[in-house]
Amino acid sequence: MSLLEVDGVKVHFPVKKGILFDRTVGHVYAVDGVSFQVEAGQTYGLVGESGCGKTTLGRAVLRLVDITEGSVVLDGTDLAKLPEEEMRTFRRRLQMVFQDPLGSLNPRQNIESILSEGMAAHGIGSNQDERREKIKTILAKVGLPANSLARYPHEFSGGQRQRIGIARALVLEPDVIICDEPVSALDVSIQAQVINLLEELQESLGLTYVVIAHDLAVVRHISDVIGVMYLGALVEEAASDKLYEAPRHPYTKALMSAVPVPDPEVEDLRARILLTGDLPSPANPPAGCRFHTRCPWKQETRCATERPELTDDGTGHKVACHWTAEIEAGTVSRTGGEVVGAVREELDDRLPVEPTL
Amino acid sequence: MPLLSVDELTVTFGGQGRKSNAVNGVSFDVDQGQVIGLVGESGCGKSVTSLALMGLLPRKGVEVGGRADFDGVNLLTMSQNEIRDMRGSQLAMIFQDPLSSLNPVIPIGIQVTEILQRHRGLKGEPARKEAAALLEKVGIPDPTRRLKEYPHQMSGGMRQRALIAMAVACAPRLLIADEPTTALDVTIQAQILELLKELVDQEGTALLMITHDLGVVAGLCDQVNVLYAGKVVESAGRRELFKHPTHPYTHGLLGSIPRLDAPRGEALSPIRGSINDRIAWADGCAFAPRCDRYELDCLSGPPGLSHPRAADHQVRCLHPVPQSTQPTEEVPA
Amino acid sequence: MSLQATTKANKVDRLAELTAQSETSAGVSLWREAYRRLKRSKMAIIGLVIIALFVLVAVVGPWVAPHSPSAQLWRGEVFPNKGLFVGPRAGNWFGLDNLGRDEFSRVIVGARQTLLVGVISMLIGLVIGAAVGALSGAAATLGGKVGQRVDTVIMRFTDIMLALPSLLLAVSIAAVMGQSLTTVMVAVGVVQIPTFARLLRGSMLAQGGSDYVLAAKALGVRKRRIALTQIMPNSLSPVIVQATLSLATAIIEAAALSYLGLGNPDPSVPEWGVMLAQAQRFFDNAPMMSVYPAVGIIITALGFTLLGEAMREALDPKLRG
Repeated sequence: MSLLEVDGVKVHFPVKKGILFDRTVGHVYAVDGVSFQVEAGQTYGLVGESGCGKTTLGRAVLRLVDITEGSVVLDGTDLAKLPEEEMRTFRRRLQMVFQDPLGSLNPRQNIESILSEGMAAHGIGSNQDERREKIKTILAKVGLPANSLARYPHEFSGGQRQRIGIARALVLEPDVIICDEPVSALDVSIQAQVINLLEELQESLGLTYVVIAHDLAVVRHISDVIGVMYLGALVEEAASDKLYEAPRHPYTKALMSAVPVPDPEVEDLRARILLTGDLPSPANPPAGCRFHTRCPWKQETRCATERPELTDDGTGHKVACHWTAEIEAGTVSRTGGEVVGAVREELDDRLPVEPTL
Repeated sequence: MPLLSVDELTVTFGGQGRKSNAVNGVSFDVDQGQVIGLVGESGCGKSVTSLALMGLLPRKGVEVGGRADFDGVNLLTMSQNEIRDMRGSQLAMIFQDPLSSLNPVIPIGIQVTEILQRHRGLKGEPARKEAAALLEKVGIPDPTRRLKEYPHQMSGGMRQRALIAMAVACAPRLLIADEPTTALDVTIQAQILELLKELVDQEGTALLMITHDLGVVAGLCDQVNVLYAGKVVESAGRRELFKHPTHPYTHGLLGSIPRLDAPRGEALSPIRGSINDRIAWADGCAFAPRCDRYELDCLSGPPGLSHPRAADHQVRCLHPVPQSTQPTEEVPA
Repeated sequence: MSLQATTKANKVDRLAELTAQSETSAGVSLWREAYRRLKRSKMAIIGLVIIALFVLVAVVGPWVAPHSPSAQLWRGEVFPNKGLFVGPRAGNWFGLDNLGRDEFSRVIVGARQTLLVGVISMLIGLVIGAAVGALSGAAATLGGKVGQRVDTVIMRFTDIMLALPSLLLAVSIAAVMGQSLTTVMVAVGVVQIPTFARLLRGSMLAQGGSDYVLAAKALGVRKRRIALTQIMPNSLSPVIVQATLSLATAIIEAAALSYLGLGNPDPSVPEWGVMLAQAQRFFDNAPMMSVYPAVGIIITALGFTLLGEAMREALDPKLRG
C-alpha cells in the first residue's frame, strides 16, 4: 500500500449569484476525478499550466478546500471523512510549502514565533525553551543563521524566506510535504539552492514530497513519478525519465516541446508543437476529451464525445487518450496545430531536415 | 553603424543622501534585424535599462548618464516630446504584464486605431481595416470581432498578441521586449516567441529581448549580454556563450538551471548567497562575495573587459573560468 | 602554509569589510518600522504638536484661564441688543461675549469639553464597531457556512445604519435621550459604529484570504488563535488610522449637534460647538466671537487629520522597503 493514496478526488466550486441570498447557478470543475499514489520516500510531481487545477488538487490533499467527492488516504486514514478537530491534529503529518515566500509568512510575527506556532498547536515541546532548541536545529538544517530567531520575514531575502517556509513544515516532522510551486517566485540562482535543499532534506530525513509546479524542467529534476494535469484531470502519468523520453499524450508532447532548453545546440535541433486556441473555462469544460479543442491529433470519432480514462499500458505508464497507439504507429496523422523549428531559419546552419517528435 | 549603440549607460535613483545605482555603465550595440538579449536576475538593472532607452523613467529623482545613440541621435538627451514621437514610430516596447499595459475600459480596436491615427494619420474605415490586418498578422483569429473586445475578455496570450500588434503598428525599427512571456504559460510562450521570430525575420525589426530565462535566450538571441548588479559581465554570441560560459556568474547561472534534457539525479550547482551580498563596483567586482573564484585582487576597483577566448566574447572578470572546467560537448578520451 | 592561511584570512576579512551591512536593522517589527517612519514625517510632527497643545490646554485650561468662564465682567459697557460689544482689550484678549464673559477664558476652558466629546464618541464607535467587525470578519473567514450567514446578517444591519444620514441618526438619538453632553457623545459615537465595523471586517476578509492564514490552517493552528495572532494584528492598521481621523470628524460633528441645540444645556460649562451656536446670533456685530471657537475646532481637527494621514503613510505596507 502506498503512503498517500488519492482516489477519484473531485473539487467543484459552486458559482453563486443573488442579491440578498445566494443561490448556486453552476460549478467550476477545478478538479474533476484525479487518482494517484505516492510511495514513501519518493517525490510525486504534478505539472500543468495555470488553470489546470494543480494548486486546488494540492489543497484538496491537505483538505484546505472542501473535497466534493473521493478520498485522500494517508497511511490508512481517509482525510476526507475526518471530523474537524481530528483533522486539525492530523495536519501534523501533512505539511505544505507555499509559492510566495513572503506572502505565506505572517509579516508581524518573528521567525521564532512563526516556527513555534505549529509546535504549540500540536503540543510539541513542553515549553518555549524546548521549542527554541528544536527550532535552532531545524534552522541549521535549512541553512539559516542561528541569529534569525528574533528577525522578521521582511528582513530576509527571497531564498531565505523560502527556507523559513520549509523549516516551518519540517518542525512538525510530517510524513508528506506538499510543495506548491516552491521555487517559481525565486531567482534562477536561488531556485537551485532551494531545489538542492529539498533534495538533501529528503535524503537525510526520508521525506515524501508532492511537488506541484508549472516548470516541467524543475518537476522532472526533482520527481520520481510525474503526473501531467490538464483542465482538472490527469492526462498522463509515468516515471520521470520515461515521461521525458517517450511522452505519449499529445498534450504532454506539446508541453514538453514548448519548454526552452538553455542550450542553443539542443534548441536548434528541436521542433516545437504549437497549440492553437485557449484553455477552455473549467466552469464549462468541453465534452469528451478535455483536450480535444486544442489537440493537434484530434480525430473525427470518440474525441469529442467520449472521455478517455487514464489507463496503464502495463509498464506503469498511464495515458488518457483514445488514440495513443495509433498516433505512435503513425496510422492517424496530425489534424491541427503547427510544428516549427525552434530557431529562426536564416540564423540556423543546422536546421533539422525533418522535425523529430 | 549599429542601429542602437548604448555606451556607458548609468541610471541613479534617489537624490541627496541615499543614492542607488540601478545601472552602472552598460554598453551594447543592436544592429538592424538583430535579436540582442539582456539577461539577468531581478535587480540586475535590465528593466531599468529598457525604461531609460524608452524615456519612460520619471524625470524627478533619477539621473541618467552615458549615451544611447539611435540612428546617430542620443535618446537620453531628447526632450519629452521628441522621445514621445520616437516611441511608437521608431521604438516600441512590450511589457511583461499585458493586462496592465492595456487600457481596461477601451476596446482593443480603439486602442490600436488610436496609434494608427497618431503616428500614421489613418482614420475611420482605413484605420479599422489596418487594425484588423495587424491583429491578423499577430495571429489573433477573427480580428474584426476581436477589435470590439475589451482586454479582460481576452486570454493572457491574446492580450500579449494585441500588445505586440500595437507595438508593431508603425513598423518600428527597434522593438524592446521586457520579459514578454514571463506571465504566460509555457505553451503560450512558445507561440509568442514564434511570433516574435517571425516579426524579426519578415520586417527586419531589431529586437532587444530582456529576460531572466536563459532558455528563451538560447533559442532566440544572436548576441547575449549577461547583466549583474547593473553592469554587463559577459557578452558573446549565442552559441559561444552557452558553450563556453567564462564569467563565473554566467557559469553559475547555467549550472543552476534544471534542464529538461539532463538525466535525472544530476545535481545542480547553485550560486551561493543572494543579490544582496554584493559590494559596490567602485570597490571591486560586485559578484565577488558569491564567487568561488574570488581572489584578493578582485577588490582592486572595477574589473575591466577582457576577451580571453575570442574578440567578440567579452568578459568582465580577472579570474575567468578556465577551459578545463567548462562544459563541453566532447567526451574526454 | 601559514602564509597561505594569512592571505586566505585577509581575503575573507577584506570582503566582509566591504559587504558589512548595518546589523542595527535586524529584528525590527513592522510596528516599530512604522513608528520610525512616523517620527521622520513632518506631517506627523505638526499634527502631534497641535494635538499636544490642544490636550495641554484641555487639561490645565480651568487653572490657567485668567477668568472664570461664567463670570460676567461687564461694567455696563455691553449692550448686545444695540450691537455694541466689548472687543479685545488688556485682560480680555478676545473681548467679552454677549453676556459679558471673557471669551478667551471660555475658549480655553471649552477645549476640555471638546476633547472629551471627541475622544469618548470615537471610543464608543471604535469599541463597538471593532467588536462587531471582528465578530463578522472572524465568522466570515473561519466560521464556515454558518459563519458566513452570521456575517451576512451583521453586514446587512450595518448597511441599514450606513444608509441613514449620519446627522439624522444623531438627531434621532438625541431626540430620544434628551439634551445633554452624553447625548452628543452617544449620537456621534453610534454614527461611527458601522464605519469601524465595515473597515475591520473588510480588512480581516482581505487578510483571511492571504497565504499566511492558509499556512496557519495547514499547520493545524486552532481557529481562535488564527483569528487573534494571524488575522487581527494585520487588520488593525486601517482601523488605527480611521480612529485618529475620526477624532477630527467627531469633534466637528459634536460641534454641529451642539450648534443644533442638542449639546450641554448648562451655560456655565463652555463648549466650542455651543459657543459657536450662540455667537452666530451676533455674527453681524461681533463676527470674531464666532471665529474664535471655529478656529479652535478647525485647528484641532486639522491636527488629528494630519496625524491620521501621516499614520496611514507610515503603516502602508506598500511603502515597506
